[in-house]
Amino acid sequence: MKKKEDDEKTGQCQCEHGYTRRGFLASVGVGAMAAIATTSKLSSAKEASPAELSAEKAVVVTLLVNDRTHRLLVEPRWSLLYVLREHLGLTGTKVGCERGECGACTVLIDDLPRNACLTLAVEAEGRRITTLEGLMQGEELGPVQQAFVEEDAMQCGYCTPGQIMSVEGLLRARPQPTPAEIRQAVSGNLCRCGTYPHIVKAAARAADLKAKR
Amino acid sequence: MTVHFSYVRPASLQDAMGQLTGDNARIHAGGTDLLGCLRDEVFPVDKLVSISRLDKLRGIKKTTDGGLSIGALTTIAEVAVHPLIREKYTALAQGAAAVGSPQIRNQGTLGGNLCQKPRCWYYRGEFHCLRKGGDFCYAAEGENQYHCILGGDYCYIVHPSDTAPALQAFGATLRIAGPRGGRDVSVADFFVPPSRDVTRETVLEQEEIVTEILLPPAPAGLRSAYRKVRARQAWDFALAGVALALEQEGGRVQKSRVVLSGAAPIPWRAVEVEKIINDSTLGAEVIREAAAAAMAKAVPLSKNGYKIPLFQGMLEEELEKMRGA
Ligand code: FES
Ligand code: FES
Repeated sequence: MKKKEDDEKTGQCQCEHGYTRRGFLASVGVGAMAAIATTSKLSSAKEASPAELSAEKAVVVTLLVNDRTHRLLVEPRWSLLYVLREHLGLTGTKVGCERGECGACTVLIDDLPRNACLTLAVEAEGRRITTLEGLMQGEELGPVQQAFVEEDAMQCGYCTPGQIMSVEGLLRARPQPTPAEIRQAVSGNLCRCGTYPHIVKAAARAADLKAKR
Repeated sequence: MTVHFSYVRPASLQDAMGQLTGDNARIHAGGTDLLGCLRDEVFPVDKLVSISRLDKLRGIKKTTDGGLSIGALTTIAEVAVHPLIREKYTALAQGAAAVGSPQIRNQGTLGGNLCQKPRCWYYRGEFHCLRKGGDFCYAAEGENQYHCILGGDYCYIVHPSDTAPALQAFGATLRIAGPRGGRDVSVADFFVPPSRDVTRETVLEQEEIVTEILLPPAPAGLRSAYRKVRARQAWDFALAGVALALEQEGGRVQKSRVVLSGAAPIPWRAVEVEKIINDSTLGAEVIREAAAAAMAKAVPLSKNGYKIPLFQGMLEEELEKMRGA
């Protein structure tokens, strides 16, 4: 089943923390190579049967991430989280539990917050994906990011991208949320540092900042 | 990373059923439960048949008989906020709102919520337990604080769904498509207790797919609620839960259905409660008696005895709220 070579290839260890430093460095390399491989494999992808995608062969999918189209080679088993980080270099999205429990991997799919760890990359084809990086306005922070800085809503910062994406999703649906709606919106995001009160304040400020811009 | 599997996303229901041949082909709907199971290697999988392209399985609409049809791929979040469900089938909206986290509700589907796997940590962990074809249930003698107090029979899981008890309280039916034609199964008959077969949770066959959840018309005077007690305020599975659907007239209960979650390996209909509250005005004495009756047959394990007073207290509170409504 799980083989050591698999772990090395994917840069993911089977320990609870998900990624080893060594695995991480190795996988950055793999990502860069896969990106190059994508262009040269385009022709073969066209021939690929639209029916069943075989288990160990990578297939080309087109992902729309932060308004940019990416054609990538993915294996059916790769999560969107893995592809975002290791193949697109979008490391703003964090790896936590990989079981939908912590919310560190939260991204927006068609404007709704979802766990990238529980979404297969092949399932995300044709959907609009927004990551933390997509909230930047050029070199400037987006309003939700800015509000988190202003309200000092982070300590170690590990959960922060996920929190921000949950707040962004909330504000897209409800520009003027109530405090209860805010607490509800970030209830799927754990913060081991316990910055919750600041997060709720930041979300309220983000609503104001968004309204002003 | 999970094991390798092949993947197919058919464009028609017929194709999807055709692809489900072989014991290790699995349906992928929202994927929230499935991907966790794959990571933990709870069951072998060599092929995923994604039904996410089957848009006919999405959406909520009124049926000709005055009831409601909910497509199996409708997300939990959509069920939770739907105005008609909130108004007429309140317990279902409340149950849906109590499922998982916002992210999970945005992705998980109603069909998937009914077909999800148990949350027992032995089942999910590296234990070859009875449910996985092994020889015994590790929870029976082990860490069983979150396990069942009713209906356990060599296996002591609790059914993790928050929507199933509500659906059962409303007398909902599941429409199931199969290669040899379809069938309708009531929610009450959909779940399989361990006494009947310890290796399956539902009657769904390998090539079958739940396509629709059908709610009968809501009678006048129907009032319903779902209450979930959990170890923490934010998202968690139920320690104790109850869906109540009561028809009352002039302050008297005409008909009732009470279904417990967090109590048993399947959503657990508490007929003892119903018998006591039917034809009553839900006075304090009746409520106390009903809550006690719900737990009369409970058999706690070594570490979950706390569930008995928890269920009783919760039932008393919820029945109280129903009085005179
Ligand atoms: S990594 Fe924890 S929810 Fe996705
Ligand atoms: S700031 Fe450290 S986990 Fe939230």
